Amino acid sequence: MLVAGRTGTLLLLLGAAVVASMPWWASSYHLQLASTALVSAMFALSLQLLVGGAGMVSLGHAAFFGVGAYAVYLLPPGLSIGLTLPAAALLAGVAALPVGALSLRTRGFFFLMVTLAFGQMLFFLFHDTPLGGGKDGVFVTRPAFEIFGLLWEVPRRQRAQVLLWVNLGLLIAMYAALAALMRTLFGHALLGIRANEDRMQALGYDTRRIKLVAFVIAGALAGISGHMWAMTEAFVNPEFLSWHRSAEALLMVLLGGIGALHGPILGAFAYVGLGEAATLITERQRLVEGLVFLAVVLLLPKGLAGLLPRGKEGGR
Amino acid sequence: MPAGSMPLSRRSFGALAAAAAAGGLARPAVAQGAPLRIGLMLPFSGTFAALGENIAAAVELYIAEKGGRIGGRTPQLIRLDDESNPANAVQNVNRLVGRDRAEVMIGTVHSGVVMALVQASRERGVPLIIPNAGNVAATRELCSPTVFRSSFSNWQPAYGMGLALAKSGVKRACWVTWDYAAGAESGQGFADGLKAGGGELVRELKLPFPETNFQPLLAQIPGLNVDAVGSFFAGGGAVQFVREYAAAGLKDRIPLTGSGFLTEGVLGPQGAAAEGVRTALHYGDGLDNPKNTAFRAAFKQRTNRDADVYAVQGYDAAQMLAAGLEATRGDPTAEAAFARGIRSARIDSPRGAFTLSPSHNPVQNIYLREARGGENRVIGVAAEALADPGTGCRMT
Amino acid sequence: MDLSGLFAQVLNGLQYGLLLFLISSGLTLIFGVMGVINLAHGSMFMIGAYLAYVIASLTGALWLALPLAVLGGLAMGAALEAGLFRRFYKREHLDQVLLTFALILLFEEARSAMLGNDFHAVPVPAILDFSVPVTAEFAYSAYRLAVLVVCLFVALLMFLGIERTRIGSAVRAAAEKPEMVDLLGLDARRIHLLVFAVGTALAMLAGALAAPLQSVYPNMGESFLIICFVVVVVGGVGSIAGAFWAALLIGLVDTLGKAYLPEIAGLVVYLLMAGVLLWRPSGLFAPGR
Repeated sequence: MLVAGRTGTLLLLLGAAVVASMPWWASSYHLQLASTALVSAMFALSLQLLVGGAGMVSLGHAAFFGVGAYAVYLLPPGLSIGLTLPAAALLAGVAALPVGALSLRTRGFFFLMVTLAFGQMLFFLFHDTPLGGGKDGVFVTRPAFEIFGLLWEVPRRQRAQVLLWVNLGLLIAMYAALAALMRTLFGHALLGIRANEDRMQALGYDTRRIKLVAFVIAGALAGISGHMWAMTEAFVNPEFLSWHRSAEALLMVLLGGIGALHGPILGAFAYVGLGEAATLITERQRLVEGLVFLAVVLLLPKGLAGLLPRGKEGGR
Repeated sequence: MPAGSMPLSRRSFGALAAAAAAGGLARPAVAQGAPLRIGLMLPFSGTFAALGENIAAAVELYIAEKGGRIGGRTPQLIRLDDESNPANAVQNVNRLVGRDRAEVMIGTVHSGVVMALVQASRERGVPLIIPNAGNVAATRELCSPTVFRSSFSNWQPAYGMGLALAKSGVKRACWVTWDYAAGAESGQGFADGLKAGGGELVRELKLPFPETNFQPLLAQIPGLNVDAVGSFFAGGGAVQFVREYAAAGLKDRIPLTGSGFLTEGVLGPQGAAAEGVRTALHYGDGLDNPKNTAFRAAFKQRTNRDADVYAVQGYDAAQMLAAGLEATRGDPTAEAAFARGIRSARIDSPRGAFTLSPSHNPVQNIYLREARGGENRVIGVAAEALADPGTGCRMT
Repeated sequence: MDLSGLFAQVLNGLQYGLLLFLISSGLTLIFGVMGVINLAHGSMFMIGAYLAYVIASLTGALWLALPLAVLGGLAMGAALEAGLFRRFYKREHLDQVLLTFALILLFEEARSAMLGNDFHAVPVPAILDFSVPVTAEFAYSAYRLAVLVVCLFVALLMFLGIERTRIGSAVRAAAEKPEMVDLLGLDARRIHLLVFAVGTALAMLAGALAAPLQSVYPNMGESFLIICFVVVVVGGVGSIAGAFWAALLIGLVDTLGKAYLPEIAGLVVYLLMAGVLLWRPSGLFAPGR
């Protein structure tokens, strides 16, 4: 998997700077829209660790996104984000452990279908038991911005911009952490598994354990994105765990390109932007989206990331 | 587009907004005389698209009847397709309020999506009129001075059906529905109505939404030993359920009844299978009042479709909006006066005039109807001036 | 648990399973032979159903829709294969996912533009518009029984075609060992075209048959797509026999689950699939892989 080269990184940083400066020139609606794109990018990025990292295509990834989101509802209201965010990551990671341990007995398309099944089971848990607080979803109280006992009361007018910066910071941190991870021995092993799992096994790697660790990390990161989604929208819904949402994240990854770590970020922004543009042009949004997807798959075999200057192979 | 109403398509709205921004005119104009931006968030694609179109058409009809002005302002309708997708609901509401700067909202059909509208209305004080979604919470524990409903709570029609059944001597009944909030809340109403009349709900049979493999549920009904079956389905599911109920040979032995959506707008495709099916709803065919006659004729003329309960709900949502705007001389931000205007109004609805309960849900007759020759003929009143209990509502 | 109720439920399960088989058989072949994850297969089902609706409302003769669905499906499948899918066999599976997802959006949009978003019932043919008692208290529509028979007939044809003909054994070989096709001197292009066309025709036929039972409505293909993929993986990718037995199994388990385990009715199929794949990671009838 490629990590953006020097020019690419510069371009990404430039993009981040543009997003960070939005509060000075964009409407509060566009701040919210950007937050949506940032959180979607986090979610897609967490899936990219599986898809681009180790060739594991999961259709149950939204379950961990949903667990992270529902953590905000399940934890007592008024807690600090310094507590709820790690708690969401932990809960999602804990949920991912047994799911990964079982699903990883299978490979390829069978893996995709088993993760779908487990995703549906978690969906059921929040949709059909009292745990989730209702099939129509529930409002949640946003966690407080409080670190080391310092409470920062964010006035309502500034909430959109503060959330934007927090989401941007988390996305950058997540990207940097994953880029670093892909340069470690562990990252190399993952890419090796994606290229040829049997050979890695023959070389003495415990491939299933390596994949399990990646699965749990990806689950925890999805939990973080789910938490930020709930915090941005102050609303959670069982639909967050549904396979539709997993498929949406997969679309973002594919749109961006599975060969590059920054692909999902481009994919998420393109996906959210496309949806936004489509509602402005026409009520036939599916037509626009369908044509764009078709164009990408026919004309850009490496996804949108193929448009950026080539970087170097991160893993090798 | 008829007389004066200026429904703005998304395309022209986008162009307008872009032109305004380019010309440095981005500042929102809220002064009197400026157009009133009404956000219509409805399903215009997917399973519920036909419902969304009828609601929107009825809103347009009312505005046209008023000569294109309500409360002294010229409405601009901003249509937004919510696709009945709860996962994107908050984002869509942000589009409506944040991007398109809607001053009032009318929406929507799906009960999960409406939650996001209720939330936005509560948080930002933008008035919301719900033209369909019946989740009880919106006028119970989540009630708000800025949230109104022109339709029904899920509890209401099913309560009427249960009560009417029990009064006709039914002791045991079962409830068949999709396993989602509307089905469960209706089931509660059905059970309460049965109980109030001395009957009992013995079993709930459920199917994951929106599956239509009804056979496994139907095959259980003979073994339950019930006098009647109540049900909640809508749209394509309702068509198929009614037909399969008849095909399974159950119809002649155990009467099929339900919340009125079971046979609403789907009698044509249901055909003979629906003949004689009794349902309860706040609207029906053959309601003999001048308002209804005039409304149906106008709707038919405008859209070339027959009016249905969804059109009525849309029309009344526009009437309620007008009541609020007239009380505030066109200013929806005057929260208290706007709410007082709607609360004190007697809405002259095609279903029969109604007022709102303290929790902002219609207090209305639930009619007993029987499907005959492609119509849901009203044959009586199942529950008169029925109000949702409004449990847990505290207006602040 | 009363026995006549159980009998009715088993019949329900078999009937549902056979319909699933009709859709899944094409899916499993396309996947097995070409390695294409065809999400647009549900759209083919949808198109078949809408075709039945249009034919029935224009002519009043539903049976006309069946040969038209088969012919139309063959043509549509061949056109899609030759025009689009052929260039994707060498690409990653995930590119095909993006491609077929785009196709779903476009087919749904076309349906919406041409026929609107209303749901429509499709009338049962007059000669089959009566009910047959299957137990003392429960009846079946004659049409439902007819669909059951047609599905069985098609399954038999498929079986004979795959097991007893030259082209069938070539397809079987291609499904079991795609790389063997060239070695055996078979014309891969012809096999691919044939499999895609037949698979699409089966899905459209299933849609046309199911239309009077299901009625037609937007996004109707999607609800079947997932459950049919479940059938494909439980049966083993590329195996017609596997798809047949898995479809019956899923039909029965889903039906009996709804009847006797209503609390977890939405889950039983997924529990079954997870269980099968944990026990046999390539499905029950994986053809020699």
